[in-house]
Amino acid sequence: MAQRIKFFLINNGPLLTTITIFVLVYFAGGRLYPAMQKPQVFFNLFINTASLLIVSIGMTFVIITKGIDLSVAGMIALTSAASAALLVKGISPVIVMPLMLLMGIAFGIAMGSIIQYLKVEPFIVTLMGLFFARGMAYIITLSSLTIKDPVYRYLALTKVHIPFFEKAYVYIPSLIGPLLLVVVIYLANFTRFGRTVYAIGNNEQSALLMGLPVARTKITVYAFGGFCSALAGIVFSISLLSGYGGYAPGMELDAIASVVIGGTMLTGGVGNVIGTLFGVLINGTIVSILQFNGTLSSWWTRIGVGALTLIFIGIQSLFYMKKKN
Amino acid sequence: MKNNIPLLKRVRENRLFWPLVALALIFIFDAIFAPGFFKIGIVEGHLFGNLIDVFNNAAPLMLVSLGMTLVIATGGVDLSVGAVIAISAAMGTVLINPALGNELITNDILAANTTNTPLWLVVMADLGAGVLCGFWNGLLVSRGKISPMVATLILMVAGRGIAQLITNGQIMTVYYTPYWWFGNGFIWGLPVSIYIVVVVFLLAWVLVRKTSIGLFIESVGINPKSTYYSGISEKNIKLFAYTFCGFCGAIAGLILSSYIHGCDANNIGLNYELDAIFAVVIGGTLMSGGRFSLLASVVGALIIWTFTITMYTFGVPANALLAGRAVLVLVVILLYSDYTRRILNKIVEQKGLRHGPTN
Amino acid sequence: MADPQNILNMRGITKSFPGVLALENVDFSLRKGEVHALIGENGAGKSTLIKVLTGVEPPDEGSIELDGKLIQVRSPQHSQELGISTVYQEINLCTNISVAENILLGYEPHRFGSIDWKKLNILACQALKKLDIDIDVTQPLGNFSVAIQQMVAIARSLEVASAKILILDEPTSSLDINETNRLFDVIRKLKGEGIGIIFITHFLDQVYQITDRITVLRNGRLVGTYHTASLPRVELIGKMLGRSLTELDEVSKAKLMGEHKKDRQRLVEAKGLGLKGSIEPIDFELSTNEVVGIAGLLGSGRTEMANLIFGIDTPDTGSLTIRGEKITRFSPLESLENGIALCPEDRKAEGIVGDLTIRENIILALQARYGWFKFLTTQKQYEVSQKYIELLGIVTPSPDQLVKNLSGGNQQKVILARWLATDPQVLILDEPTRGIDVGAKAEIQKLVLELAEEGKSILFISSELDEVLRTSHRIVVLRDRKKAAEYSSDVNGQTIIQTMAGIS
Repeated sequence: MAQRIKFFLINNGPLLTTITIFVLVYFAGGRLYPAMQKPQVFFNLFINTASLLIVSIGMTFVIITKGIDLSVAGMIALTSAASAALLVKGISPVIVMPLMLLMGIAFGIAMGSIIQYLKVEPFIVTLMGLFFARGMAYIITLSSLTIKDPVYRYLALTKVHIPFFEKAYVYIPSLIGPLLLVVVIYLANFTRFGRTVYAIGNNEQSALLMGLPVARTKITVYAFGGFCSALAGIVFSISLLSGYGGYAPGMELDAIASVVIGGTMLTGGVGNVIGTLFGVLINGTIVSILQFNGTLSSWWTRIGVGALTLIFIGIQSLFYMKKKN
Repeated sequence: MKNNIPLLKRVRENRLFWPLVALALIFIFDAIFAPGFFKIGIVEGHLFGNLIDVFNNAAPLMLVSLGMTLVIATGGVDLSVGAVIAISAAMGTVLINPALGNELITNDILAANTTNTPLWLVVMADLGAGVLCGFWNGLLVSRGKISPMVATLILMVAGRGIAQLITNGQIMTVYYTPYWWFGNGFIWGLPVSIYIVVVVFLLAWVLVRKTSIGLFIESVGINPKSTYYSGISEKNIKLFAYTFCGFCGAIAGLILSSYIHGCDANNIGLNYELDAIFAVVIGGTLMSGGRFSLLASVVGALIIWTFTITMYTFGVPANALLAGRAVLVLVVILLYSDYTRRILNKIVEQKGLRHGPTN
Repeated sequence: MADPQNILNMRGITKSFPGVLALENVDFSLRKGEVHALIGENGAGKSTLIKVLTGVEPPDEGSIELDGKLIQVRSPQHSQELGISTVYQEINLCTNISVAENILLGYEPHRFGSIDWKKLNILACQALKKLDIDIDVTQPLGNFSVAIQQMVAIARSLEVASAKILILDEPTSSLDINETNRLFDVIRKLKGEGIGIIFITHFLDQVYQITDRITVLRNGRLVGTYHTASLPRVELIGKMLGRSLTELDEVSKAKLMGEHKKDRQRLVEAKGLGLKGSIEPIDFELSTNEVVGIAGLLGSGRTEMANLIFGIDTPDTGSLTIRGEKITRFSPLESLENGIALCPEDRKAEGIVGDLTIRENIILALQARYGWFKFLTTQKQYEVSQKYIELLGIVTPSPDQLVKNLSGGNQQKVILARWLATDPQVLILDEPTRGIDVGAKAEIQKLVLELAEEGKSILFISSELDEVLRTSHRIVVLRDRKKAAEYSSDVNGQTIIQTMAGIS
């Protein structure tokens, strides 16, 4: 039994650390600013990080395969601009939304194929993906386009009340992330695809020798990343009710930071999406503490996220060394 | 005959060959479709015209490309150059600002042609900030053993936050005219920025070609282990490359903020990492590191801006070019990569076998 | 000729890489239910032969016959489909996923579209039971010892690939004695089931413990295939190391001249120098005008010793003194300044910088010694490189050729030139003649003696015993990462072999 507990701790150390840190940070915030103790503030985290959670989930898979996707923010901007442009033209959201998702998937497949078959490093391909997507967004519109579509307005403004918490609510798009999370937990743990993703991240050569479909899986992972980015883009444009190529600047680092803070190793093979959820929540909590403080300016978030990423990369390598011994 | 073929081949294999061909193609395009492109006039004793614009606009990129060349040659990459430009520009403009701190002052004072800090100190602080950023990147990569992409990504995003911190979130405007000189002045009819590029280029060239640093950088990029076994500190070489890249970014920040008379921490130097990587890969340096040519990278930067200015003359907006550039970078990387070359060679070989005589 | 019992016949296998003939007309056969040892030093061609068999490298010439049918192995996956499975020293499984997944992933049972974990675990348990192993298959593979991981790898190859041939590549190098015995039990069991097993190892004890036949390779050529029972150990080592005194009488003469110099000064002195997991504390000294040979089988600690003295690794016990001064900081640069040079064993990964020219490769260490700012002029670079190109007889049209385009022997000479240019006092040569042709070998051996004549101290590491005997004034024999004995140059080769084999 003691052996099992030890194994459990070793296997889940990073995740437990992340959860502990989230709890600590949140309680510290609650002590500092009693207003943060309201349940609504907690649910606001889900409202504010709705699109970040979605891209981070996609990013988790990509990073587990030892890759990286720097294009996410560009894809969000492109999706917002493209969907706004289409909606302004009067095209129905029923067509626009699936179209955007298809675009995201196609974009991911393209990047994944270049990475897999032409052997270009993921960060180069996806960095170019970032610029390409932003560039396309600017070609669609050079200024911000407002969305007036009734469906989008309905989705943006309808509150969903949380059971057991009086007056606490979220918006409809905030639910997409948690739903996606459930799907992805299933994918990661109960399908060959999910297990292959982990195997590839640990040792691609081995996975190949084990006869696993490495190429197909890797491309699928990037396609899923593209899908998540497009989905996040839709959520993003719903929450802002507009589209523009300059949206979501630097969100790729926010997503990478959330994934890393959530215990996923940049060296691949280790990590899970539950950790990512808490990584995103930590990110959101820091932002809300800064907001409650009021005197600290917004740029501290960027610096803070950068510093936190660095610290967690340090913690990861410590854990890794421990495990090796 | 026999002597001619190797000569042709030598020319073709020179690093400058393909970049110059590309540049020539754009010039030919301009000559046909936009004849006004080459017009150079003289106004108030200065040369002006599209070509001068190309050089003046390309100056910051050429500088950044110099630093990026060295970093990529070691097998790394620096994604933070844009942020470094922002930080150093913020540093310079804040020090000039007559209203340091939160004093309440009138617009007259704010807009006066004075500086809070002597100009030489401003320039030094500007350069110091950039060098420090580069040094930090270098430390993370060489001593912290963090992959270059991640290490510099952190500064790429956090750096703009730092720049905003420096300017306290304000968009800085500089009314102090001597500062304008770096980006707008002329010496003997040519923009000051061109002279700065020439000086930094010579400095870089002397540093890497007249000392052993260049050789060591190439050696590290090709085979870090052998290099280490030969008694070379590959860590210090990397540290140097990143620090120098920071230095180049700082000068680019100085010129850019001088050119626009101010600094907007969110937008200054935006997408420079893309263009700098682009310039370097056009210059024939492989992303995996190794052999590099400073001059070829500078020509790469020129190509980018000649192309951009050409597009401007056709009325294409700057942001719309972004997507095209991104695709081009990938294509160029693919063309130069060992992997594609091998595949191309194979195809050529197979064809040769099919058509060639069988022994 | 073909034995009907053979499941595998490889005939006339030849494979060359740029600059190296890795395999030359090698025959190999494997019978059903046989454990067949494949023996040879580094670079003998063992791994190339395995790569050919498993489809990693296509052979240039030769045929492979499996179960009487000619086959062409296209890829590692293809070899698995054919029933040829390999368990590598570095296990080719994924340590982050569970044991059960490692055995069955790709063939896992499904239920309602999702993985049936319960059944998966039961199946995995059963597969391991066949090998008499009982562990918690739900734990990540990385939580278990290398021995268990190896068993899991074997289980996968039996379960998924239904292997007919099992290749075990240095499986015991990181196992302790109990684990090894456990592995051997499994091997015996598989043997009983008619599986042919190719066993690659450098532990000769184990060869005699478990194998039926032995095939010895040397320098890419087949030495012979023997019945284990009828090949005494000393003879085996002789076959591995090649005891055929043919060429190079003049080398011996040059050595005799060196013997007469008696005014040697002590240069390097190691006392109890060691590093845990690398080499056990060793006493050792080296003087001017002297070549000290290091003899020992693969894995005896030869390279580890060189790396310690050169400062690639930092020792955790003992002391190293050079010219009476104790070394406190260990790094290649430090050694360079102390006049120590190392030509590393792995020429490609640790020696040459392939995309630089010969000239640049030659001046690299010299330049490292001069530092960043005292740059040799191009003219001086040409002078230095030209000098050593001539001195060592490097065959090249110009010093501006890329090193990667040279042959192995010439690459080795370039590395030698790199270090000679720094005018070192102590020269450590780790396998300087591996994979190069006989002529170049003789030249390098002669050069070594000439250098000693000039007053340099040389540590000469080689897996070829003759070479060590011919060139060394003293010979240190390593066994099991320990110094086993030290002999003067008039020692009989047979004595050394016995020491290496652990027979006193």
